[in-house]
Amino acid sequence: MPNQTEPLFKAVGLSKEFGFGRQKTLAVNQVDLALEEGEVITIVGESGSGKTTLAKMILGLISPTGGEVFFRGEPRDISTYRKKLAYWKNIQAIFQDPYSSFNIFTKIDTVLLDCIRMRGNGNLPREKKREMMAEACSFVNLKFEELTNKYPFELSGGQMQRLMIARIFLLDPKILIADEITSMIDACSRATILDMLMELRDKIGMTVVFITHDVGLAYYVSDKVYIMEHGKFVESGTPDEVILNPKGDYTKRLISDVPKIYEEWDLSTV
Amino acid sequence: MAKVMLEVNELTTKYITRFKENVYAVDHVSLKVEEGKSLGIAGESGCGKSTLALSLMGYYFPPLHYTSGEIIIDGQNITGLTPDNIRKSILGTEIAYIPQAAMNALNPTQKVIHFIEDVVHAHFPDATKKEIYDLARTRFETLGLNASVLEKYPVELSGGMKQRTVIATSVILGPKVLIADEPSSALDVTSQKKVIKMLRDMMETEIIKSMIFITHELPLLYNVTDDIMVMYAGQIVEKASAEKAVFDPLHPYANGLMGAIIVPEEGLRDVKLTAIPGVPPNLKNPPEGCRFAERCKYAVPQCKVIKVSLNEIGNGRAYRCIFSEDELREFYKDAKSN
Repeated sequence: MPNQTEPLFKAVGLSKEFGFGRQKTLAVNQVDLALEEGEVITIVGESGSGKTTLAKMILGLISPTGGEVFFRGEPRDISTYRKKLAYWKNIQAIFQDPYSSFNIFTKIDTVLLDCIRMRGNGNLPREKKREMMAEACSFVNLKFEELTNKYPFELSGGQMQRLMIARIFLLDPKILIADEITSMIDACSRATILDMLMELRDKIGMTVVFITHDVGLAYYVSDKVYIMEHGKFVESGTPDEVILNPKGDYTKRLISDVPKIYEEWDLSTV
Repeated sequence: MAKVMLEVNELTTKYITRFKENVYAVDHVSLKVEEGKSLGIAGESGCGKSTLALSLMGYYFPPLHYTSGEIIIDGQNITGLTPDNIRKSILGTEIAYIPQAAMNALNPTQKVIHFIEDVVHAHFPDATKKEIYDLARTRFETLGLNASVLEKYPVELSGGMKQRTVIATSVILGPKVLIADEPSSALDVTSQKKVIKMLRDMMETEIIKSMIFITHELPLLYNVTDDIMVMYAGQIVEKASAEKAVFDPLHPYANGLMGAIIVPEEGLRDVKLTAIPGVPPNLKNPPEGCRFAERCKYAVPQCKVIKVSLNEIGNGRAYRCIFSEDELREFYKDAKSN
């Protein structure tokens, strides 16, 4: 029986080592993380700080070399493929590169139909399914009629990333991991995508984990910010605490590296 | 008055598709960059920023074709030159170009110094290895790069380092104009800052005389360049100093872009980001009137009929809209108070 006071997702002492012997590197080092229902957290760090490795471990794509993971208060069990599929019903991800997120041989209809099937609605009549797909597409400002019989590579990067959000809309997961979802997209579409994701969060009440190197984005979206350096969380708290009044040197440096418009951007500290 | 390094008059270039349709990706663009100044070009994906950059080099290859207009670099008109002449006498010495994925230019099987030798030999076949090495070493050291990089293979360098190496190499012959097309978009913020610092250093030490910087990140543009030009659907829609373009944009599209800025500064969380709805028009058959009319909040019926020209309003400012300055400012004030 799951304990009510337990957070939705909890990781204790999560670690990942790559390589062995003298080449051993500790990519993620003893990280503790708890995700409550409906909150938005952001993990910020520079390249190579272990953000994506952590995300992949949360997703169960790679197995940790140390630490424990609890989902809904119980130890996570993804030892078989069937159990993994059941786990992925609750936890989904959007990755950085929209161009490589889709199978280029499947049409967009199939992509969305798969999501409906995954929710266990595969037996619904065809009209009902089309209705659901059209609803998901209209949520992200895409027209379903224009997308049928098209392949993903016929869309622009921004459209593909929006289609990923439509997938999430159909899948209705508990946790969404958004790994650098806007870094390959231009500034104008970025605002649209973030707004859509936030709207979706309010609608289905999911937890969102943003992974980014963009401090501005972290400040804009999150309830809680974690700063990651060399596989460890060095600072955490609300965005106002961490980003407006940073304490650690690393955090200060990260923030000073972002170009700003109301303050002088100090280039001498490179 | 400062010397004009790059002058472009009514440049138009087109892509010819495989169905023989003409797509005018750069449509009557005029610009001027003075010595020691930098110009930023902003706009969303597919608005013609990169095509403009390619066109400015005067080096056209299918499907990109030259249509009309002229490009003058430091008094020399380069429009009529053949591709061979352009490569021999213009690229590298007069004008240099850094694409977004510049780091991919490095050959993984050869040392960095070999890459530099190739560049120099293309222009000065008589240069000796010793001369080139000395030139490269002094250039790298002025730009804050370690000279040991020269003896390394590209795989030994990080992404940001590779990018900076290629940028330093592209200016080895001291070009008059440097075109930087999203040189920092693929990098994280720390490496980005190093790249920007390097571009600034190059301007200050007069290795390059002027710069055109292309990006969609407005906060970055604001910090790097003196002037900003906003492009939409192949045309210039706004031209102003960096200060004015960010804090007092006139064209509705430019104003929309400013609404999508994300910076980690106080007050951002209270502002709702406003994205511009819709998509840019298809340039195969662009709209008769204003190209932005479809997506514009303030559009009136005439917008879609009247051909709008660029209004020059002095101080180097210009915008492309049928409304007057005051009317536009009034619109934005109302939008803000709501």
